[in-house]
Amino acid sequence: MTALPDTSATNKSWWKQNQQRLAPWLFLAPGIFMFAIYVIIPIFQSINISFYAWDGLGEAEWVGAENYVELMDDEAFYTSLKNNVLWLILYMLAIPAGLFVALFLNQTVRGIRIYKSLFFFPFVISQVVVGLVFAWFYDPTNGLMNIILGWFGAGPIAVLADEDYVTYGIIAAGLWPQTAYCMILYLTGLNAVDPEQIEAARLDNAKGAKLLWYVILPQLRPATFIAVVVTVIGALRSFDLISIMTDGGPWGSSRVLAFYMYEQAFSEYGFRMGYGAAIAVVLFLIMMVYIAGFLWKMYRDETGR
Amino acid sequence: MFPRPIEQTSSTTQTLYKIALPIALVIWLLPLIAVAMTSVRSAGDITAGNYWGWPTSFNFWANYSGIFEATPIGQYILNSFKVTIPTVIGAVALSCMTGFALAVYKFKGNLLIFFMFVAGNFVPFQILMVPVRDLTLDLGMYNTWYGLALFHIAFQAGFCTLFMRNFIRAMPFELIEAARVEGVSEIRIFWFVVLPLMKPAIAALSVLIFTFIWNDYFWATVLTQGAENQPITAGLYSLNGQWVAAWHLVSAGSIVAALPPVLMFFLMQRHFIAGLTLGAVK
Repeated sequence: MTALPDTSATNKSWWKQNQQRLAPWLFLAPGIFMFAIYVIIPIFQSINISFYAWDGLGEAEWVGAENYVELMDDEAFYTSLKNNVLWLILYMLAIPAGLFVALFLNQTVRGIRIYKSLFFFPFVISQVVVGLVFAWFYDPTNGLMNIILGWFGAGPIAVLADEDYVTYGIIAAGLWPQTAYCMILYLTGLNAVDPEQIEAARLDNAKGAKLLWYVILPQLRPATFIAVVVTVIGALRSFDLISIMTDGGPWGSSRVLAFYMYEQAFSEYGFRMGYGAAIAVVLFLIMMVYIAGFLWKMYRDETGR
Repeated sequence: MFPRPIEQTSSTTQTLYKIALPIALVIWLLPLIAVAMTSVRSAGDITAGNYWGWPTSFNFWANYSGIFEATPIGQYILNSFKVTIPTVIGAVALSCMTGFALAVYKFKGNLLIFFMFVAGNFVPFQILMVPVRDLTLDLGMYNTWYGLALFHIAFQAGFCTLFMRNFIRAMPFELIEAARVEGVSEIRIFWFVVLPLMKPAIAALSVLIFTFIWNDYFWATVLTQGAENQPITAGLYSLNGQWVAAWHLVSAGSIVAALPPVLMFFLMQRHFIAGLTLGAVK
């Protein structure tokens, strides 16, 4: 960077000569410092803790892979893992649902902007509130769902107290804000779809589902990609709703890894930091598959330019 | 435009669409509408099981002032602001700098550092939980608003850097080149050339982070405890435990908790959506 065309470069101060080389590091320093301390280093610390038995207060005792061995025989772990898979699969419904709502709302009638923002509403409110709202919606005696079921002579079903339904009930609550999120992604995407291509396709007599599949969806690919990314992360991060709606119950049947980890690390069952960390590492490895995929795509986009 | 604009269809379709819109909206927001209605009911309605009929009396004022008088909900809300506002300022400030550095300079490790921020932003919270709680305890910041805010600033730096870097990348680079030829120092380029152009990104990021942090529940339970310092999300959880089946109070509390991000969203809607959908179109 000293190769400035200016011949008097040698007379300039050291700082002036080197500032272009040093400036990025000075700008990065505070951000990297904070991120390293609170995010990067803790990841490795957690991996390390997962090899210890530790109650969070006394001395940690090295136990090698024992925590992981215990995990393999832990029925609660498998329940959580199974529920995580359910979350991952069913949460994906938010993507077509969001697309559907976006297509429904992608019009220019009067007041449509207010409709769009009101449809987006569930995403803005806290999951704690969403959880409370749905816990009440499912309430077996007075909940709206069972009143409606009653009209058809069915029910009442205590969704959140039933081992078979509870996870589905919570996922349904989660789908509500997530669909709103996907909807807004698709509305933005639809805005950017090339109108000429649609006209050309229409001249060729393409319409309805065919037009959507062959012409519109390919153009919505960036929106779909982001929707998949945020939905996968949302599914694997599911914690708030479970904590609010059931606290993992009944009998631990609605736990997911994120929740089970928290429960093991600090709850009435005692502080088992090492075991909790081992669960977190498993969750982290599952997430890493997606993170690696995402980074790979970004890498191709960055270098392919 | 897809689907076909409704104005080009038959008048029956148009009428049907205009009828379907409000019906769909009411169904979509039904849980919220129910909550809003319940929040003005009397305790008598609740015990009598009158959840869905017309309220026997409208207790808007009694319920809402009641929760502020009988519970520390005011303190919870204040705590939420104490955590959220510094986080927004801190995370945006940090990421303006990191985003600038990663977007403007070519140097070894640029992409690696960028990917570190991106990947870190996606990790599950649980892998950070135990060490971050320990660190916060060691620093003597457990159960304080700044302990929580510091963590949030650091963690949000990941997403914010991704956002800012891509935003600055899309700016015309000639501006910076021209300033360099003029001999403007790098810090002045950042401050006088780039920063003014980042205003829309700063606005978008601020509303987004405000909402994310306001709605955070997990870290609030990990790093704080008790009404003194807990934000509203965690507060609502413990209040829910106290208000067993007092759904009119739960509802009023939920609405109070949801209000700040909702207001933020409606006031800054354009920025909010611009921030959220960054990357949804190329």
